[in-house]
Amino acid sequence: MTEVTATPPLYLSIDNLWKAFGTFLALKDISLDINEREFVCFLGPSGCGKTTLLRAIAGLDLQTKGTVMQAGQDVSNLPPSERDFGIVFQSYALFPNLTIEKNIAFGLENTGRSKSEIAVRVAELLDLVGLPEQGKKYPAQLSGGQQQRIALARAIATNPGLLLLDEPLSALDAKVRVHLRHEIKELQRKLGVTTVMVTHDQEEALAMADRIVVMNHGVIEQVGSPTEVYRQPASLFVADFIGEMNQIPAQAGASGRVVIGGATLHCQDHKFGAGDAIVAAIRPEDVIPHGDGARSPGAEDEVTTPENAFEVRVAEMEFLGSFWRCRLRHEIFGNGELIADFSINAVRRLELAVDKAMTIELPKSRLMAFAPARDA
Amino acid sequence: MSDVSLDKLPEGPIIKGKLSRDDVIMRLGMVVIALYLVVTLAFPLWAMLSKSFSTFQFDLGAYELQVSDEEGNYSGEILTPAQLNADLQVLSDNDLIAGSDSRMGLTQFFPDFSFRSSVMYQIRNTSDTGRFLVGSELKTGTDWLELDSNTFRRVQMRPEKSTGLGNFISYFSTPALFNSIKNSLVIAVISTVVTVTLAFWFAYALNRSCMRFKGFFRLVAMAPILVPSLLPGIALVYLFGNQGMLKELLFGASIYGPIGIVIGSVFFTFPHAFIIISTALAISDARLYEAAASLRSTPWRTFWTVTIPGARYGLISAAFVVFNLVITDFGLPKVIGGQFNVLAVDIYKQVIGQQNFEMGAVVSVVLVIPAIFAFAIDRLVQSKQVALLSARSVPYQPTPNAKADRIFLGYCLAVAFFIIGILGVCQFAALIKFWPYDLSFSLTNYDFDRMDGGGWGSYYNSIKLGLFTAVAGTCIVFFGAYLVEKSNGFRLGRALFQMFAMLPMAIPGMVLGLAYIFFFNNPSNPLNAIYGTMAILVICSVTHFYTVSHLTAVTALKQMDREFESVSASLKQPTLKLFSRVTVPVCLPSVLDISIYLFVNAMTTVSAVVFLYSPKTSLASIAVLNMDDAGDIAPAAAMGMMIFYTNAAARIIHLLVSKGVLKRTQAWRGR
Repeated sequence: MTEVTATPPLYLSIDNLWKAFGTFLALKDISLDINEREFVCFLGPSGCGKTTLLRAIAGLDLQTKGTVMQAGQDVSNLPPSERDFGIVFQSYALFPNLTIEKNIAFGLENTGRSKSEIAVRVAELLDLVGLPEQGKKYPAQLSGGQQQRIALARAIATNPGLLLLDEPLSALDAKVRVHLRHEIKELQRKLGVTTVMVTHDQEEALAMADRIVVMNHGVIEQVGSPTEVYRQPASLFVADFIGEMNQIPAQAGASGRVVIGGATLHCQDHKFGAGDAIVAAIRPEDVIPHGDGARSPGAEDEVTTPENAFEVRVAEMEFLGSFWRCRLRHEIFGNGELIADFSINAVRRLELAVDKAMTIELPKSRLMAFAPARDA
Repeated sequence: MSDVSLDKLPEGPIIKGKLSRDDVIMRLGMVVIALYLVVTLAFPLWAMLSKSFSTFQFDLGAYELQVSDEEGNYSGEILTPAQLNADLQVLSDNDLIAGSDSRMGLTQFFPDFSFRSSVMYQIRNTSDTGRFLVGSELKTGTDWLELDSNTFRRVQMRPEKSTGLGNFISYFSTPALFNSIKNSLVIAVISTVVTVTLAFWFAYALNRSCMRFKGFFRLVAMAPILVPSLLPGIALVYLFGNQGMLKELLFGASIYGPIGIVIGSVFFTFPHAFIIISTALAISDARLYEAAASLRSTPWRTFWTVTIPGARYGLISAAFVVFNLVITDFGLPKVIGGQFNVLAVDIYKQVIGQQNFEMGAVVSVVLVIPAIFAFAIDRLVQSKQVALLSARSVPYQPTPNAKADRIFLGYCLAVAFFIIGILGVCQFAALIKFWPYDLSFSLTNYDFDRMDGGGWGSYYNSIKLGLFTAVAGTCIVFFGAYLVEKSNGFRLGRALFQMFAMLPMAIPGMVLGLAYIFFFNNPSNPLNAIYGTMAILVICSVTHFYTVSHLTAVTALKQMDREFESVSASLKQPTLKLFSRVTVPVCLPSVLDISIYLFVNAMTTVSAVVFLYSPKTSLASIAVLNMDDAGDIAPAAAMGMMIFYTNAAARIIHLLVSKGVLKRTQAWRGR
């Protein structure tokens, strides 16, 4: 299971972890390695076990079976107070009756630091999270985004080796969220602290993580960099959960072929036997429009794989600001529609309109084959 | 991802968490407080239950006697009391039924007995378990004991103990006793109907009309909570008693009996019903009324289809609370019940009057049944109340309606007049020299030291009890609630603890007090030393009022972010630091509420402490009872009003302290 990586060194290692709530299995045989200074996101729909996994790492809810190694030490059965981590919750969990300064200082007390050392450290942290003037206020006097930054400052005050973020941005407005996720990422890079964040927001995960762990029904579906999980999803679930994906019922052909509505198309290599029921999938932005002026002026418009090109009718067009979303019909899709995102320029040059015919190509390197969803 | 089956856990041991120091401390704390509840609640109740099943009977065949002639020579004939009784027919079988403390002399079997005679007697037990007393000295064993006549008259047999339903059988075959069940139920049902109706309209007027003086009415409605339940009884004696001011209004009916108990019960249960119903009415959703109005519903129809269903849980809950209060109340029927027997007074009569502790225990068991039943239904109803109000509900704003507002004002004035009237009569009675003959004002009735009941000392004892109960009780209750709410794991222990914490509400004060006698007055109990001290009164009061305090604490704690403990642990700070620095300060308003609740109730309770006070620890509320019993009704009223003023003052102090403390420690609440 363990892959040997030269750098950076391994920090957190989860091995064959199970968690049962009564007869319900929330985590099934989870194994995962996280390297030092890495930013890892647990991504998945609610109930997939991502928070359970985080709480097991923290020792807040002990796993039923399996081991957790942190910095070379077996922490599997240690209580939270004997592990080395800082944590930030969705609810911030700031102590409402203590000032911001005292909140941040809470974990610094009783650690052999003098009062003045603590004051210096608190001021430093307030600076770090960009709220230098707010120390004397109470949490309720700050905005949600500010409160979350204080929670972050409190969590990293003691320089923990591991930072755990449990949906830290979910309670915030969309704008604040985008701004703060950038800041958290910056901060994490600056401090170099190994970080695990739980989120159900794929955009957040793609934007922040070095590696994403996609989870579903208590198992890990895929572990990979944001581009890996986006470009090469390991399963239909991952493909569907992250980004938009056309899913077309189809049969497998020989390797590198799929049969859609009787037409055989080239696709990525797959390991299905010919005739197996599969799902052919392609992202809307990967659909290539062809025709006069489809490329930028001067560039040549050429169909690379003739089998994968066909003429479709535009059934519907939706303007989404930075691009057009078009619903395309063709007999091989039956009653279904193929969704394709075309740039504003392409739409203008091809003079696309509803009911117009056009030629598209499903590039074979972007057309994927997956096993159909197993009904769970 | 792997070859293991993902449908079930693999074999092998389950990870057992290592306990942190905090976990250990929390668990120890919970064990200590659970132990407190076991010792102060479960054990005494068990002692009482087993007492109700122990029967005592004199066994006349358990002794053997020899009687000498005048010169002291024995004939060798051996007699037993059983033989003698068979010959003489002194005692019937019924006479042989006894209590645990019963004794019976032997001289009744010797018609010619004279303590001056020179006849000598010998006595022994026929078995090793037999026992008899000579004076106060217990004799066991089967050796002959020779006694002269003067000593022989001080010989007393002790009854034998066995276990069975005997007490219950004799209870249900004594009409005078089991009639009380019917009496109690009738009184409780009538009082419940009257109180809930009155309180509903009062609460309705305060929540749904635009009449004036709402603050005043709210204040008045709460006043009865501040006095012992027997105080309205005293006022009713002055109003409608044999020399009452308004006696004619009853047209010859006697206030001593069901009428008096019902009127008094309505008085002292009114605030309880009012609070519950008022809360239910306050949370109604205005949008329902708008919908009803837009559907052109008549006000009458709206009332029955919107208002009543919205408040139904409140009404049911209030009904069962009132029912429970009335059926378990002891002070009021004691004062004004006359010959009308109810269960709670029966316990008192059996225990204090006849020293028949077993029968007292039987009546207690009988009384606990309806009390637990009412309590269980109330809990069930309250658990359903939760989901009534959604976050999007809009509070109802009453609109002025001159005519309706006037009617409501009139109604509220009438209720307020009743409440203030009862209190006013007591105060008036306390200041009159000798009703109805000498109506001049004087303070002689406040000269408690000249009356039975413990004098001013009992008043100061009550304040002491109130303060101790408030301080000790608040600490125990709040810490206990914290441990239950915020500790990890240990599920079974926490569930058991919750159950124990709910139990006191279902146990009537009289029953708890009696159970304490059985448990703590047992010489073999190492805790026997606290019997007759202030400590047992404090413990009994804390336990008796545990449930409401616990629920208040739990409600406050539930509003705390449940991740505080996780954060604190991740910062490697002891949980107790979090508790003292964050939890207690944030929950301070609730902590203060709990303490004033405990203080006021400890000041006013009669039933929980009536079996437990000693001459040194007599209490004001008990003094009211005893002075009334002794015929000193005016001083009893005076003492009752002292309790009222003390509680009122305590409430005001509580209010000021709360405000002051809140201002200092709760600055964070504002923005």
